[in-house]
Amino acid sequence: MDVWISIFISICAASTPLLLAATGELVVERSGVLNLGVEGMMIIGAVAGFSAAQATGNPYAGAVVAVFAGAVFSLLFAFLTLTLVANQVATGLALTILGLGLSGMIGEHFVGQPGIRMEALVLGLDAIFYISIALIGAVSWFLFRTRAGLMLRSVGDSHTSAHALGLNVIRIRYLAVMFGGACAGLGGAHLSLVYVPQWVEGMTAGRGWIALALVVFASWRPARLLVGAYLFGAVTIAQFHAQAVGVAIPPQFLTSLPYLATIIVLVLIARNRRLTMINTPAALGQPFVPDR
Amino acid sequence: MGYDFSKKARILAKTGKGAATPVPNVQQPLLEARGITKIFGDLRANDTVDFSIVPGEIHALLGENGAGKSTLVKILFGSLQPNSGEIFWREKSVSIRSPSEARGLGIGMVFQHFSLFEALTVAENIALSFGRDTPLQAVSEQTRKLSRQYGLPLDPDALVGDLSVGQRQRIEIIRCLMQDPALIILDEPTSVLTPQEADTLFETLFRLRDEGRSILYISHRLEEVQRICSAATIMRHGKVVDACDPREETAASLASKMVGAEIANIERRQEPANDEVVLQLSNLVMDKSNPFAVALKDISLSVHAGEIVGIAGIAGNGQSELFEAISGETVQERADQVVIDGEPVGLLDISKRRAIGAAFIPEERLGHGAVPNMILSDNILLARHASDAEKFCKMGWMKIIAGKALRDVARRVSKVMDVRKSAENPPAGSLSGGNLQKFIVGRELDRQPDLLIVNQPTWGVDAGAAAHIRQSLIDLAASGSAVLMISQDLDEVFEVASSIAVMSEGNLSSPQPASSMTREQVGLLMAGSQAAMA
Repeated sequence: MDVWISIFISICAASTPLLLAATGELVVERSGVLNLGVEGMMIIGAVAGFSAAQATGNPYAGAVVAVFAGAVFSLLFAFLTLTLVANQVATGLALTILGLGLSGMIGEHFVGQPGIRMEALVLGLDAIFYISIALIGAVSWFLFRTRAGLMLRSVGDSHTSAHALGLNVIRIRYLAVMFGGACAGLGGAHLSLVYVPQWVEGMTAGRGWIALALVVFASWRPARLLVGAYLFGAVTIAQFHAQAVGVAIPPQFLTSLPYLATIIVLVLIARNRRLTMINTPAALGQPFVPDR
Repeated sequence: MGYDFSKKARILAKTGKGAATPVPNVQQPLLEARGITKIFGDLRANDTVDFSIVPGEIHALLGENGAGKSTLVKILFGSLQPNSGEIFWREKSVSIRSPSEARGLGIGMVFQHFSLFEALTVAENIALSFGRDTPLQAVSEQTRKLSRQYGLPLDPDALVGDLSVGQRQRIEIIRCLMQDPALIILDEPTSVLTPQEADTLFETLFRLRDEGRSILYISHRLEEVQRICSAATIMRHGKVVDACDPREETAASLASKMVGAEIANIERRQEPANDEVVLQLSNLVMDKSNPFAVALKDISLSVHAGEIVGIAGIAGNGQSELFEAISGETVQERADQVVIDGEPVGLLDISKRRAIGAAFIPEERLGHGAVPNMILSDNILLARHASDAEKFCKMGWMKIIAGKALRDVARRVSKVMDVRKSAENPPAGSLSGGNLQKFIVGRELDRQPDLLIVNQPTWGVDAGAAAHIRQSLIDLAASGSAVLMISQDLDEVFEVASSIAVMSEGNLSSPQPASSMTREQVGLLMAGSQAAMA
C-alpha cells in the first residue's frame, strides 16, 4: 500500500511543473499569442527560485522570486512581439535559448550545492502542488465565467474585432504573457525546490516543450490540461519504476517515452480537425498592428 | 430585467430628440464634420470632407470602392484619427478618439465585415461591448426583448460560428441598439442579404428612423438608396462631389456622379445555338472539409457551349466548395462526377483539367488568384505552366522559363483588359483590386478556353472595371465557349447570365433561362425555398 502512495506522490511531483507551465501557456495562447519560450521561462524560474532560497534560507521566498523572475523574463517577449511586433515563433525560440544560457551562467556557482527543499504540507504534498491544482480551477473559472476572461478569449479569437469594440488588445496580451511567465517560473521553481532540490544546468530537460504540446493536446481546455499533465507525469514515473523493477526494455527507450507519447498524441488530435478548429484561438500567433 | 442599459435614453428624452417628437424639416444637424482630411502615405483618402446629418433621416453615403467612404466613417466612429478637420456633435465640437467614445456620444455602427467572435455565443459577443458591471444574464434578456421588438429573431445562446450571415448582421444591429444610439452607421448592410432579408432590414430601419434616430447608410446600390434614403452625400477620390436628394435623381445621374463619367453599357450578344455540353456535373457530393465549410449535396448541372450559367446565392452556401470541386482543388471520388469536353476529369488535378481546355478564376485575388509578391509575367507562368508548357517552358525536360514570351503575354493581357499599372511588369500586389482582377480574368481569357469557371468575378471591383469584366465574359460565350459564373451580386447575374441556378446550403437548383426568372423567385431560392419555382 505504501508503495502505491509513494508512486502517487511521485506522479504528482512529476506532473506539477508541467501542469503549471501549461496552465500559463494556455492563458497566453487563449489571448492569441504563441510563446515558444516556455522552456526558457521555466529554467529562469528554476535558477531564480534556487538562488533566492539559498540566499534567504526560505524555499517559499524562492518560489515567490521565481514567479517574479518568470514574469519579468516574459516581459521581454511581450515587448518584442507585442510592442515591436517581432515574429512570435522566432522570439519565443530566442527566449528559450537565452533562458537556458542565462540560467547556466547565473547558476554556475550553485552546481553541486545541496539545495533547500520545500517540505510537504499535507498528505506528503507541497504547497506548489496545491497551488497548481487550485490554479487550474481558477483559470477555468476565469476564462469561462468572468468578463475579463471573455475579453481575453475574444482577443484571441479576433484581435481586429476586439480592437473595433474598444478593447485594449495589447494590454490584455501583455497581462496574459506575464501570467504565462509567472506560471512557468513557478513550475521551474518546483523543479529546483521540490522535485530535485538542487541546481543542475538545463534541469528543465524539455519540460517546457512538453507543456507547449500539452496545451494543444488539451485543445485549449483547462480541464483536459489536468488530464494531460498527469498522464505525462505518470508515464515519466512508470519509466523509472520499470527500470527499477528490471523490465528488459532499453532505458533509453523508456526515457524517450514521454516525448514519443507527445508526438503520438499530437498526431492523433491533428486527425480530429473539428475538435481542434473549434477550440483553437483563431488569432493564435498573428501579429496585431492597430490602424493609425 | 431591471438592468438599465441606456443612461442616454433619458438624456435623449429630455432633449426632445426621443421617440415621439415629430421631425421638422429645418433642423440643426445631429452630427457635422468640417474639413476632414486623412492622409495615408501620399494618398489623400479624405480631402477636406464636409458632411452633416440631421435627426430622423436616412442619409446615404455613396461612392465607389476607394472613394473614401470607409475612411470617413472610421473617423466618425473613432477608429481613425483625422489629420485635420473638426467634428460637431449636437453643435458642440468633439474629438472622437476611440469607438468607445463614439458609443458614449450615441453613435453606433454595424460593420460590413462583421466584428464578431465566431467562437463565442451571441450574448457573449454583445456583452463585450458593454461595461464591466453588465451581467451576462441581463444581456441575454435584453437581446431577446430587442429582437422581438424590432422583428430580428435571434437566440442569445447560439454560437456565432454556427449562424448565417443574415443572422450575424442581426447581432450587430441588436448590439448597436442596446446602447440606444442617436446615430446608426450601416456599412453596405445588404451586400450579404437576400432581397427578402433586405426588405425586412429596411422595415427595421424605417422603424428606427420614426423613433427619431438618424441612419447613415453606406452603399453603392443606387436602387436601394433611392428607395430608402432622403438625403445623399456622394464621394469620389476622397472628396465630396455632390449632396442631393436621391429621390429626385435617376439611377443614371447618381451613377455618373459617383463614377465621374458615364459607365459603358453592357452589350448582350446573340448566343449561338449549340447543344454541345462542355461541363457536366453528375451527382457531385463533397463532405465538409472543416467545421465552418459547407457540404455539397448531390449537384448535377450541364453547361453548354455559348451559354453563361450564373450561380446566384448568398456567400457561404457552398459556392467556394463547388468552385474548388470543379477546378480540381479538391478531387472527386469518381472520375465521371465532373466531365469537361466529354472527358471524365473527376480524379485529375488542376493542371490536367486546365490542359483539357478549362480555365479557373478563384474568388480571392491575392493569395489564390495571384501571388502578390511576384511580377505579372511570373503570375502568368504559375497559372499556365502546364497548359501552355510548349510556349513558356523551353528546352525539353529542363523547362527553362521563356521570359520574353511571358512578358509579351503580360503586355497583351494588360492592353486587352485595360490594366492600369505603375510599371511595365510590376508585382501583382501593387495593382489595385480592380486592375488585378482585370489582369487575372485577362490571363485566362488569353488562352481562349473552352470552359471558364469564375467565382465572384467583380467582387470589390470599381464599376468601370466590373463593366469591362462582365463584357469580356459575354464576349467569350459569344465566341462559343461555355462560362459558369458564381456570383453573390444578383444584378450581375441578371445582367450577364443566360440561365440562372441558385445555391443554398450546398444544394443547387436546376438552371432556368434568365429571361423567365424574376428577382423574387431567385430571392426565395437563395433563402432555400424550392417552392419558388412551383
